[in-house]
Amino acid sequence: MNWLFDLSPDDRDALWLTLKIATLATCATLPFAVAVAYLLARKRFWGHAFVNGLVHLPLVLPPVVTGYLLLLGFGRQGIIGQYLDQCCSIVLSFRWTGAALAAGIMAFPLMVRAIRLSIEHVDQRLEGAAATLGAPRWAILMTITLPLALPGILAGAILGFAKALGEFGATITFVSNIPGQSRTIAASIYSHTQVPGGDGAALQLSLIAIGISMLALLLSEWLAQRMHKTRSGVTP
Amino acid sequence: MTLITVDVTLPLGTFVLDVQFSSDCRSIALFGPSGSGKTSLANVMAGLLTPQTGHIGINGTTLFDSAAGINLTPQQRGIGYVFQDNRLFPHMTIKDNLVYGKKWAPPNQNGPSFDDIVDLLDIGHLLNRTPAKLSGGESQRVAIGRALLMRPRIVLLDEPLASLDQERKAEIIHYLLKIRQASLAASLAPMITISHAPEEVNRLADEVVMMAEGSVKSVIRTPI
Repeated sequence: MNWLFDLSPDDRDALWLTLKIATLATCATLPFAVAVAYLLARKRFWGHAFVNGLVHLPLVLPPVVTGYLLLLGFGRQGIIGQYLDQCCSIVLSFRWTGAALAAGIMAFPLMVRAIRLSIEHVDQRLEGAAATLGAPRWAILMTITLPLALPGILAGAILGFAKALGEFGATITFVSNIPGQSRTIAASIYSHTQVPGGDGAALQLSLIAIGISMLALLLSEWLAQRMHKTRSGVTP
Repeated sequence: MTLITVDVTLPLGTFVLDVQFSSDCRSIALFGPSGSGKTSLANVMAGLLTPQTGHIGINGTTLFDSAAGINLTPQQRGIGYVFQDNRLFPHMTIKDNLVYGKKWAPPNQNGPSFDDIVDLLDIGHLLNRTPAKLSGGESQRVAIGRALLMRPRIVLLDEPLASLDQERKAEIIHYLLKIRQASLAASLAPMITISHAPEEVNRLADEVVMMAEGSVKSVIRTPI
């Protein structure tokens, strides 16, 4: 078992960097994912199908296209990137923050799907009851809808985190593969497979990636079951 | 000034809800077979359904008036709606359920205190439990308590006994009679009970709005 965790300093950096990127990506994306999921679940508006399609685009596009679009948009010369650089000295391309942006966008559809489903399952009759009791709309959202959807929101966040951990195509296109800056586990595995004798290290990192992903999926599944039980009134 | 006036029309799929009545009675019943539009009327009064045209007034306050363009939100109506299916919030304790409506009410309003209601309904031992751990009768009592604690203009009880077995019915009717007494003495809000059972109507109301196929057939004194 020890050999599995006996990582080279570079790989250890990659592991921590990946966790850092995935954490930032998940935390920064989650509020938007909840907002968009709520909109898609509860509001009928002109362009509903279009927004839904747009949200799911990163799921079906080749990741390299998403990465390239990010480069066009948020690169130093990009449409948005040049203003970020000028006004606030924020540079995303070839930085770990840019990797987090790429990972967040790739994780976004998965998060929205899970959260939307859980919001659609919240009993709207309870929201009606809260309204007759005088609760303003924002209070109904904060005290009824979101708490009841919470297991699904957590499941979505975990799923998004797992996706962000493994993101490769969009990340390497947008922020390249710079050790200590943008070399994530996935990029690191790729690099190992490109040099003779890198098999051992590639396998080592792959097993760690499988372990983390499996753990995340189990946790997400457990939360989904717990949500089901809460609904049917088995556990509080 | 009449206590309650209702005059609304609302097409609802297979029939048209077309209801006119007014009453000064502090304890009335909406009576009729299932499918006669009683619950739809309750939803219209509570603001969960919007009528096409008409007027709803309670104690001098206009809740809805299509001609004047008035349509208060459910939040503004102050109707203590006890739903047929309780609708207790499953993720909150009984105590949090009970005080939920009180939280949003304006301060210094006259009405029963938390302890008054807990005593009236004998629910003190349930406060730290969650709704899933309650029996049907207990859930019903908590739902009634939650509606009373928001200090409503009127209490609206939709079939408060329908989902209960005989023993539980006797239990709940005991509490409903206590509430009725308090309503008549004006220490609690006037009550409107929805029911399809004549014996319940006779015990709980002084005036009965007889409904069939979405409209009011007559308004009569009990017993029916």
